[in-house]
Amino acid sequence: MSQKPSVKTWFESGSPWVWLNAGGVAISVVLVVGLIGLIAARGLGHFWPAPVFEASFVNQQGQQETLIGEIRGSEEIKAQRLREAGFNLPADGPETYTRHQVKTGNRDLVGLDFRFALEKEIAGRYYPEDIVVLERTEWGSFYGYLVEVRENGTVVAGADDPNRFQVMQERLERVLELREQSKHIEKVDIGAVNHGLERIRLKTRGLELDGKTPENAPQAFARLAEQRAELDADYKVLEEELVKLYHQLNRDSVLMRAMDGREVEIELSKAVFAFQPNAYSLLGKIGHYFEKMWEFVADEPREANTEGGIFPAIFGTIMMVLVMTVLVTPFGVVAALYLREYASQGTITRLIRVAVNNLAGVPSIVYGVFGLGFFVYFLGGSIDALFYPEAAPSPVFGTPGLMWASLTLALLTLPVVIVSTEEGLARIPSAVREGSLALGATRIETLMRVVIPMASPGIMTGLILAVARAAGEVAPLMLVGVVKLAPSLPLDGNFPFLHLDRKFMHLGFHIYDVGFQSPNVEAARPLVYATAFLLVLLIIGLNLAAVSIRNRLREKYRAMEN
Amino acid sequence: MVLGISYQKEVFVSEPRMDSSAGYNTSAAKARQKWRLLQDKVATSLVTVGGLSVIGAVLLIMFYLFYVVAPLFAPASMEEVGEYPVPAIEAGETLHISLEEKLAMGTRITDQGQIIYFDAKTGEVNQRTALTGGEATAWFPVSEYTNTHAFGFDNGTAQLVTLAYKTSYIDGVRQLAPKIEYPLGEDALEIDEDGGQISGIAAAVEEDEATLVGVVDGDIVLAYYTLEESFMTEGLEAELDDSSRFTPSVSPDYLLIDPVGEWLYVADKSGQVEVFRLYGAEAQLNELTQLTTNGEALTDLRFLRGGISLLAATANGEIHQWFPVRDQQNDYKLALVRSFEAEAGVAITALTTEHRRKGFATIDTDGSLGVFYTTSQRTLMQEKIAEDLVNFNIGPRSDAVLAETNDGKLKLIKLDNEHPEISISSIWGKVWYESYPEPAHIWQSSAANDDFEPKFSLTPLAFGTLKAAFYAMLLALPLAVAGAVYTAYFMAPSMRKVVKPVIEIMEALPTVILGFLAGLWLAPLMEDQLLAAFLVVPMVLLSILIFGFVWERAPEKVRLAIPEGWQPALLMPIIVIAGWAAFALDNPLENAFFAGNTAQWLTNVAGIDYDQRNALVVGFAMGFAVIPTIFSITEDAVFGVPKHLSNGSLALGATPWQTLVRVVLPTASPGMFSAVMIGTGRAVGETMIVLMATGNTPVMDFNIFEGMRTLSANIAVEMPESEVGSSHYRILFLAGLVLFIFTFMFNTIAELVRQRLRAKYSSL
Repeated sequence: MSQKPSVKTWFESGSPWVWLNAGGVAISVVLVVGLIGLIAARGLGHFWPAPVFEASFVNQQGQQETLIGEIRGSEEIKAQRLREAGFNLPADGPETYTRHQVKTGNRDLVGLDFRFALEKEIAGRYYPEDIVVLERTEWGSFYGYLVEVRENGTVVAGADDPNRFQVMQERLERVLELREQSKHIEKVDIGAVNHGLERIRLKTRGLELDGKTPENAPQAFARLAEQRAELDADYKVLEEELVKLYHQLNRDSVLMRAMDGREVEIELSKAVFAFQPNAYSLLGKIGHYFEKMWEFVADEPREANTEGGIFPAIFGTIMMVLVMTVLVTPFGVVAALYLREYASQGTITRLIRVAVNNLAGVPSIVYGVFGLGFFVYFLGGSIDALFYPEAAPSPVFGTPGLMWASLTLALLTLPVVIVSTEEGLARIPSAVREGSLALGATRIETLMRVVIPMASPGIMTGLILAVARAAGEVAPLMLVGVVKLAPSLPLDGNFPFLHLDRKFMHLGFHIYDVGFQSPNVEAARPLVYATAFLLVLLIIGLNLAAVSIRNRLREKYRAMEN
Repeated sequence: MVLGISYQKEVFVSEPRMDSSAGYNTSAAKARQKWRLLQDKVATSLVTVGGLSVIGAVLLIMFYLFYVVAPLFAPASMEEVGEYPVPAIEAGETLHISLEEKLAMGTRITDQGQIIYFDAKTGEVNQRTALTGGEATAWFPVSEYTNTHAFGFDNGTAQLVTLAYKTSYIDGVRQLAPKIEYPLGEDALEIDEDGGQISGIAAAVEEDEATLVGVVDGDIVLAYYTLEESFMTEGLEAELDDSSRFTPSVSPDYLLIDPVGEWLYVADKSGQVEVFRLYGAEAQLNELTQLTTNGEALTDLRFLRGGISLLAATANGEIHQWFPVRDQQNDYKLALVRSFEAEAGVAITALTTEHRRKGFATIDTDGSLGVFYTTSQRTLMQEKIAEDLVNFNIGPRSDAVLAETNDGKLKLIKLDNEHPEISISSIWGKVWYESYPEPAHIWQSSAANDDFEPKFSLTPLAFGTLKAAFYAMLLALPLAVAGAVYTAYFMAPSMRKVVKPVIEIMEALPTVILGFLAGLWLAPLMEDQLLAAFLVVPMVLLSILIFGFVWERAPEKVRLAIPEGWQPALLMPIIVIAGWAAFALDNPLENAFFAGNTAQWLTNVAGIDYDQRNALVVGFAMGFAVIPTIFSITEDAVFGVPKHLSNGSLALGATPWQTLVRVVLPTASPGMFSAVMIGTGRAVGETMIVLMATGNTPVMDFNIFEGMRTLSANIAVEMPESEVGSSHYRILFLAGLVLFIFTFMFNTIAELVRQRLRAKYSSL
């Protein structure tokens, strides 16, 4: 290369272009890493207990104001914009100001969870140890001071009791336990009773459709009436139990003081979690972090999905993917076997292969359209007409649900499985097949005992890639079965246990729905990042698994070929 | 594995046959042999059937899409289901006939003021009522939708009558009973205070006002009533508010008033029309024009559903659609929007409009029935059904026609005309929609009011799709191709081992995450720091070049510390710094040149619309999604170029760059081409990113700062709420089919090119 420091000769050498090409790689890698880093930072940071500050300042209206909250984000904002927004700023001040987004909670008192505050306003903030954050089942979190703990209206730990927070925690634990019990009764026990009643209703309707009446088939109707009476009695018992539990639940309450000095009585039955963020030791913070993370993964969503966990979405995604795998494996493998081992390798097979390959590139929304039209309305409608006439006019399978979502995604991922299986089959040296056939094995025996076991890593790779693709696909699911909030999981203790006709929640759709359709996007955003991170983690993990299996497979056959 | 276990057992059982050759001929061994062969045969047929059916299922997708879309373009068809003598023929000649919703009953209004309800299948008279006002001297169909009619009488009064039904269910069986209603009260209302005979009438009724127009002695008499709910009868009480009388310049053979009482059309048989604008009872002449194009006579004049368009039928078989269009002076003038021809030269007897859509039908003197649709400009049917027809009407659901023949018979004809509003030209071409100043491409599938004209133009959606794909490729193409070329040709193998999977992992990233980041993180960031988004490109490029230049002139000791082919690793921090610098520079520059806010400056000063979620954001996010696809295929193509080609070139003294440009890239270019095709296919079909990162407004504007709506996002948005089997549903399927065919075509071309390339490499 030229040593003359001339830009012209440098350009003539072509070396700048090489550098630009190198830049292409570098930018791509920076983008990928940056993207994953961004999601990870935002998603994982959410669970860390941020310190809660208190600050007093004079606001724009000239009033003294006290603010309690945590800083959720900061940005440099142009003075120009602040002036447009009505801030009275000196003309010779700085060009930009630091503005914090402060989560103040207390939506029931101030209307919004968030507000903005300029750095210069809250510069004098301090972090009192006894600020309490109380997460509630409705109206979001409460930020403030604990004043009193009450039992049936009488004070058990007053403002002068230094241990009142511990008292409250103990009582909160009791409430949580009781709530767990009542939830179990509501969801599982009463759910089973309702399920039984619905089945009786359908059976009765079925009998009526068969032309039976209480007159000509008294036994059948009597039996159903008896079952119904039994269930009704069960229900009564459960209801009484529930009323008792509710009564116990409503025993305790706390008096809290908000930032504006108002004192609010909050029933502990509406509380979920309480902590004093500023009093945490490092170990306490780490404990809190993992506790919240576990809540996120294992709990149900609260408040229109903007708080709580995403367990139903995780569960729904996994169920959908499992059912899809069960559907796609046999079909994909059989199709690949046919193409590679049975069909004569002519032009037609080549064309079919091109077609199958190309289906992998067909937009997923097209599969959704097909699934809705063919599976849901055509197949599902026919199934309803044939097997569920008693449920009419409400559809059973003639409406989007788990079954059709899985089937649609199975169709969508079929090319992936076929291509990958074929690749696995193609890698097996033909000498292996010929050896088996020469020893007298039939073709199917060769396949079953030699070829398929050898190709199984290829099949596995295909399946993992299919699962990864299915887990991240959202567009077709929006048409064939995903909902923002499913009342019940597709798997429960009621016959027939796996409810393929139910609608379900899905991680990807959860991101779309909470991020874009939610009434409180601002509050939900960290959760969306956390969900996104979980999904990314899942999919990258699956892909890495597929890659490593494929690499091992390659090594294996390389050894065999030599 | 279960299979493996059974295999083990079987081997064990069949082991003895290894010992002696005699074992092969034992009956047990023979049976086993047979069983094995049978197994093989069964498996063969199972796999064949299974494999073929899977492939068939995959092809089913395309055929099913076609199957759903096909009815859109089918013509209308008819089938005669009944014929009977005109019910109560002695009651006079027919003014108007109608059918009930489910074709169970029909009505007939006669010139003697009789209202006859009859069974629509048999013609049996069900009820016969006389108008309370006596024999009518004028009649006007106020609304086919509600079956409301205005009658004028010889004493200067008028009456409104609605022919309704009372529906009830007894044991789940539908029961119908005739029910005559009087929307403006049972008493006739005065139009002409002098009591002259009304020889023509028109009426418009709204919630709290009604305009009645009568023809008395060739004059137009206008009566404007206000309506109030009566406390006594719970009916409406009409009170005369104002009235006027004037003489039109054309003979009032046809008199029409639009449903909101704003426009009055007076036309004569020669086709001249005088248009008045009404303000209460005040009429202001708006224009005088000719409704027929070649001076032929006008044979019928009706409103299209909604009362905006006029349909003028002529004596030589043409139908012209007119509606008021705002001209340059901001005045409304009638414009000839489109014309239809039923049968050349055959005079049209009557014209009737569909009750719930913008279609119409005609009968002519030849006894033919013609079915048309305005929006799509389609002639759906033209068929002779009798020797001569005198009167007819379409059923409320446009699924039947009741026609009266000259010889006193009624014919009930079932009509199959599900999707008249769709035609190739209405989907892809410009259509002149009602109340629009000119023909346009518009997608607007639904609206709040029920006489809305659906606008199903896929053109803006296809445009949006291509626009999004274009901006995505603008980012992805240079990055991915440059990156792939470097990775395949220059990069150190050890680094390639890491970089390739990292970029390929991007492909697996769910697009919903990219869309979410684009919509909620990138879009607000860009709006705030728009300048930075544009600064980043030159700054990063420049800093790469400067760094390269400096690096190559660095002391050897430094340069050799990093092995050849690891340059990208060096560049990464440089790029991060350059990017950060672009954002740091944004504030001062925006303050200096764009009044502190570039996005606002664009709108206010440059006059360019700025949406927060725009093509720039989509291009960035979707480009990101497409990079790995293009990267991966291009990299394979470049890497696959046989090494002896490049080695030969280098040995002849070419620089690495010359070798790349002159030898490697030309050889790999088909592969790069197919990468671009597949990348475009992916960008075209991507749904979630565009759904989340654009405003989803179907505009046709190439402006990078405005959003768009793509075919795929449109399906995702509208499919869940479209009614199964409706035109809207089918046209969404058509959008899916278009996407399918488009991507399938692109992918097939790419695949074929790639296969040829592979053959070429193996021959080299």
